[in-house]
Order: sequence, then C-alpha cells, then structure tokens
Amino acid sequence: MPANPSVSRRTALKSLAAAGLATGLLSACGDDSSSSSSGGGSATGPITFGSNYSDAAPKAAFAALTQQAAGSTSVQVTVNTTDHNTFQNNINSYLQGTPDSLATWFAGYRLQFFAAQGLLSPIDDVWNKIGGTFNDAAKSLSKGLDGHYYLVPLYNYPWVVFYNKSVFKAKGYEVPTSWDQFVALAKRMQADGLVPLAFADKDGWPALGTFDIINLRVNGYDYHIKLMKHEVPWTDPGVAAVFNQWRELAPYQQKGANGRIWQDAAKALENKQAGLMFQGSNQVAANYAASNLPDLDFFVFPTINTSFGTDYMDAPTDGFILPKKGKNQDAAKKILEYIGTGAAETEFLKTDHWDVGLANGLIAPTYNDIQKKSVAEIAKCKNVSQFMDRDTVPDMANAMIKLIQQFIDSPTAETIASIQKSAEAQAKTIFTS
Amino acid sequence: MALITTEPLAPPAAQAPRRRRRLRTLTRRDKFVAAAMLGVPLLLDLAFIWFPALASVLLSFTKWTGVGPIKLQSCAELPSAPGIPQPGCLYGVQNYHQAFTNYPDFWPAVEHNAIWLAVFIVFATPLGMLFAVILDRGIRGSRVYQSLLFLPVMLSLALIGIIWELIYSPDFGLINTIIGRNHNDNLIDWLGNPHLNLWALLVEASWRQAPYVMVLYLAGLKAVDPTLREAAVVDGASGWQTFWRVVFPTMRPINIVVLVVTVIESLRAFDLVYITSNGNPLRGLELLSVAVTQNIVGETQRIGFGSTLGVVLLVISLVPISIFLYQAFRREEQR
Repeated sequence: MPANPSVSRRTALKSLAAAGLATGLLSACGDDSSSSSSGGGSATGPITFGSNYSDAAPKAAFAALTQQAAGSTSVQVTVNTTDHNTFQNNINSYLQGTPDSLATWFAGYRLQFFAAQGLLSPIDDVWNKIGGTFNDAAKSLSKGLDGHYYLVPLYNYPWVVFYNKSVFKAKGYEVPTSWDQFVALAKRMQADGLVPLAFADKDGWPALGTFDIINLRVNGYDYHIKLMKHEVPWTDPGVAAVFNQWRELAPYQQKGANGRIWQDAAKALENKQAGLMFQGSNQVAANYAASNLPDLDFFVFPTINTSFGTDYMDAPTDGFILPKKGKNQDAAKKILEYIGTGAAETEFLKTDHWDVGLANGLIAPTYNDIQKKSVAEIAKCKNVSQFMDRDTVPDMANAMIKLIQQFIDSPTAETIASIQKSAEAQAKTIFTS
Repeated sequence: MALITTEPLAPPAAQAPRRRRRLRTLTRRDKFVAAAMLGVPLLLDLAFIWFPALASVLLSFTKWTGVGPIKLQSCAELPSAPGIPQPGCLYGVQNYHQAFTNYPDFWPAVEHNAIWLAVFIVFATPLGMLFAVILDRGIRGSRVYQSLLFLPVMLSLALIGIIWELIYSPDFGLINTIIGRNHNDNLIDWLGNPHLNLWALLVEASWRQAPYVMVLYLAGLKAVDPTLREAAVVDGASGWQTFWRVVFPTMRPINIVVLVVTVIESLRAFDLVYITSNGNPLRGLELLSVAVTQNIVGETQRIGFGSTLGVVLLVISLVPISIFLYQAFRREEQR
C-alpha cells in the first residue's frame, strides 16, 4: 500500500501550511500604525491596479479601460486580477499589507466601513475635476461618513423582475403594476404549468434582494436605511410586515431555493420553465446566451404601498478606491480622473451588455434595450439603495443570509417571530458592544 | 508490527549499560548534532504550534477586527460609533458569553460535529473494516476492487464536494433526474434542506473515509501471523469467532491508529461544508471549524470571537488527544 503513507504526509503538509497561514495572519498585526507616508511619489510613475473583475467578460472590459486610461495619461498601469470572492474576503489584510495603487470596490456603507478605519485615502481633489460628470446620488454614494470622497464610481445595475417577451406574448400576460396584479399573474402562471418566480439562494445573498425590495416598497427608503444602520430595531413591526408580504409570494417562488445556485434559476427562466425572476441585470442578463438576450425584458417590482409607489430600488454601484498604503498616489489619481469621465465608461461598456454607466446622461452607443431601459428606470428613482450586503455591516448581512434561508424553508408566522428575535440579538452585538 | 510482538524482551535490558557508557563519551560534535536535531524541531514546534495556540487563547479575550494594534484597555472605556468597529481592545470573557448564549451557529455546530463523529465511528469505519476483511480473503478481482474503492481517497475533499454537488443539484442533479424528482412540485432539495443536507454530506464524507480505513486495515490484516488463524481453525473456531477473538485483538495498534484518524477527521471536517456552502454555511451544515473560518477570514474579521471558537475546538480536541497520548505512553512504560 504505497499510497497510504503519502496520503498522511500530504495531510501533514496541509496542516503545516494551515498553521503557517494562521501565524502569517497573526503576525500581520503589529507593524502598521505609522507607514501612511507612502503617498505622493512620481506623478507618472508606474502603478498597479488590484482588480476583482475575474470573470472573462468583465476582465476583458476592464483591460480595455485600463489600456485607454494608460494611453491618455501616460501612466503605466499593471492590472493584478484576483478571484472576486477571494478579493472581498481578504480586503482587510490586503488594505493593511501592500495594496495596489488602485483597487476595485463597492459604493455605500461597504465603502464607509473601510474609510472610517483609515484604510483609504480621500480623493476630494480628484472629485474637484470629475464632479460635473455625476449626479448627487452618485456623489453621496462615493463619500465616507466624514463627508470626504473615497470612491470613483464606474457603473451600476438595477434589481428588477425579468421575463421573456415571447412567453408573455404567447400566454397573453400583462406587466403587473400593483401587488394584487403581481400575485394574480404568478397564480395564472402556476396554473399554466410555469414556475412563476425562478428563485435560488444557495449563494446566500440573492434572497437579500427580495427582502430589500419588499422593504423599500412597504416601508420606504428612509426606513430601510435606518434598519440597515440598526437605528430601527429588527423586532420592529415594519420588519414583520415585510416578511408577511413575502409570505403571500412564497408559494409562487421556485421550491428548493436554498440548494440552488442562482445560475440554475436564471437557466430556468431562459429555458422558459419559469415565467419571472427577480434579480440584478448584472446576473440575469449577463447569464443569458447572446441569442436569447433580445427576448429578455423586465419591469420594476410593482407598487405595494401607494405612498412610496415604485420610487426606490436596489441599484448596486461598483467603482474604484485609493488604498492609503498604495504606491504612486499622484499617478493613481490621474488614472481616477480619467476613469471619472463618460468616455472612459463608454470604453468599459463596449463589451459589457448588462451594466450601465453612471456618468450624467450617458447612453453608450453599444447599449442594448435592457441597458437603455435600465438607465431610464434608475433615473426615475427618487433614491437607490445599494443592496443589503453593501448597506449594512457585512456581519449583519451574513446573519440575515442565514435567517432568510430559514424563512425560505418555512415561511410561517412563528419563523418570522424567531427570525426577528435572533436578528435583533445579533444586531446588538454587531452594532453596539 | 508482528516483529515487535515476537521480539524477545531480554536483549534490550542487557544492552542498557553499554548504551549508557556510550552516552558519557559523547564528543563535542555529537553534542552539537544532538542539540541541533532536538533544537530545530523544538523551535519549529514552538513557532508553529505553541505560539499560534497561545496567541489564539490570548486573542479570545479581545475584540479586534485585525486593523491597527490592540490597546491594553477595556472595550467599555473606549468610544464607539454604531456600526464602525472599535480599535482592538480587551473584552474579558464576553466572547465566550456570546458564543454560548447568543451566537446562533454555536450549538448546532457542536451537535453537527458530534453527529459527524458518531456516523464515522458507527458507519464509515466499520464499513471500511468490512471492505478490508472481504478483500483480504483474496476474492477474484481483489486488486480491481481495491483500486476502485481507493479512488475517492486520492481526490481532495474540495473536489469531492464539487463532484457531489453535481449529483445532488436539485434541478439538473444525477439523483433527482434519475428518480424523476426534479420538477418544481416534487423536487428534493438535498443540499438546501436543513434536515437532509448534513446526511447528504455525511454520505460524501463516508465515501472517502471508508476506503481510507479499509487501506489501513488491509495493511493490518496482512501483518497478522497466518498461523494464529490456522490455530484458531484447528481449535474449531468459526470465521466470526476467529476474526473477533483472534485477529481483531492482534491488530490493536492499527485499531488505535484508525480510532485516532476517525476522531481527527471528524473534528477536522471542513472542506466539504465550505465548498458546498461557499463559505457562509447553509443552515443545517454548521460546524465549529467552519464557524472559526467564517469569523476570522472575511470582509470584516472578528478575530477575537473567531479565536474564542478556535479555543473551544482546541479544548474539545484535547480530550481524544490526551486519551491517545496517555495510552501510548503507558504502553511504552510497560515495555
């Protein structure tokens, strides 16, 4: 049995590597308080760009963007791409270690959280030049809690209800505008043998979007943001109202969602086994085959509470940050100034058919119908939220992922009560101390 | 193994005085070599095992996100803004209090670790032993079976997790497709349903664990002196009796190794759950090791709290390790 000793040796090596990693993490702590002087440097010096655009399509789009940026600023740019999950999980040690001069990141609370800990450089001087490109909503998303700018946004995308035009035409369905019409449509689809709402939550985060939109429709934007910041307790009746509303929809959502990845749910919509799917265009449209894309269309989540109408939605914004410990900050700022223009966004969107640029009034020549409609619908919103895992502390989003999976398992009144209790108990330890 | 048991006991005792004389005449070079050979492993041991373990214990009494230094000050005295983490500070036993009372994953994790261990001991290990005994009888094609059964052991657990995800997938998975339960009204959610998913994963884990144990026992069975078995047959023992009364007891060293491997593998259980649930454990799949990683690795690091869970896992692991070491040392003393 020669294989046996080699197996145990391999296991031994593995655990040794793990131990080494653990000490690496631990020893990364002591030596970081006073080295923030690495800013400045050469104004044209080469810079590195940390990217989490690891999928093929966005990676190519990003390469085109950085090439343009390098060409027009004569700053040499090297892109270091990391798998996006890994990138996000390591962001803390990345920013404290030897980060790149620039990095990809997200807007909103998820930005403020790291800015408040002094890990990012403010870029107000960049915004003095690019301020005219963006509207007030984009501006406030790019600011830290201290009022300084920390992000240059690139694109966003809407969370809306997707459907196939051909299915609606063949069955004579109408786009619903009220909750009652929405539920009636779902019921009709079920009778027609379709899965009314394709749904998946094995990845954890997709169902957070459903919570967000129902909360925005039932309680409005201000309430939602207060809840995300734990200024409203999770035991509030407003939260119960959201889950109770969701209960009416639960029978029409695809069964077994907790074991399904969202790509499989999107496939059910694309194969016309499902009638509708509520998710981001960055996922559904990006997952569609190019030949099926013209058949795809969407409508915004229907009105529930008429005092809020369809004024709000989740439209997550992605952009770029300047890590405090990055090298050649002056050169990096030049790149940021270039990226904060409509021309740069147009360049990026040449190969991206699901996101939309954030520059004022930008309609890139390569936009398809989905993108044109996205721009219009986002512009109609009085406010856009970012998504639960960007609007609240990541720990709280993780807690809600599990609690919402529990709700998906058994959408009952008892579950709702226990979810609210547990969410509040965890929020207390996460937000206060 | 057989050699050790048949070795006569007298010679080592006779050699003892001679060896002691040789010790006294160690040259300086011998001493240096001995010091280096003891010192280097000792240093590595201290640096990579004792230091991290001790550091974890110390960190478990702090609150720290991994940003900036840890201040030797109580967290209660420092200012705090809601939602923005405080700098590292001393937290007393608060982490332990939270783990035991408030953290929803803790008790399910302990329970699932215990179930994992029980299934390994009651099901996977005996199954491996059964494979070994059957293969050891020299049935035709024994080598083919051996290779086939051993295949899962050669795959990494991460790969096993991915393979079985394709088998369990609700809409397009192998099982649901074969039994026709992949429609929206009747599908079985193997990995998402909290009453099913732990068992689904234990099938994956046993798929790998049983052949691993099989290999260990095959080696053990080959080492059993065939004359023992012949003697048992001559004395009129049945096959069952021969195995349990004669063969099994002579494999005592292997039995202990297998027991230790089983306990370690079930406490180490991590990869399958991590792969299946993409980091954030699905309900029904909470394990202590996953909870530690989830808190320490990630966008926001709760290093103090994660260390607390690590210390709990350490204390639990110490129980079987101590028993094993106690047994091993006692045996050596007897010799």
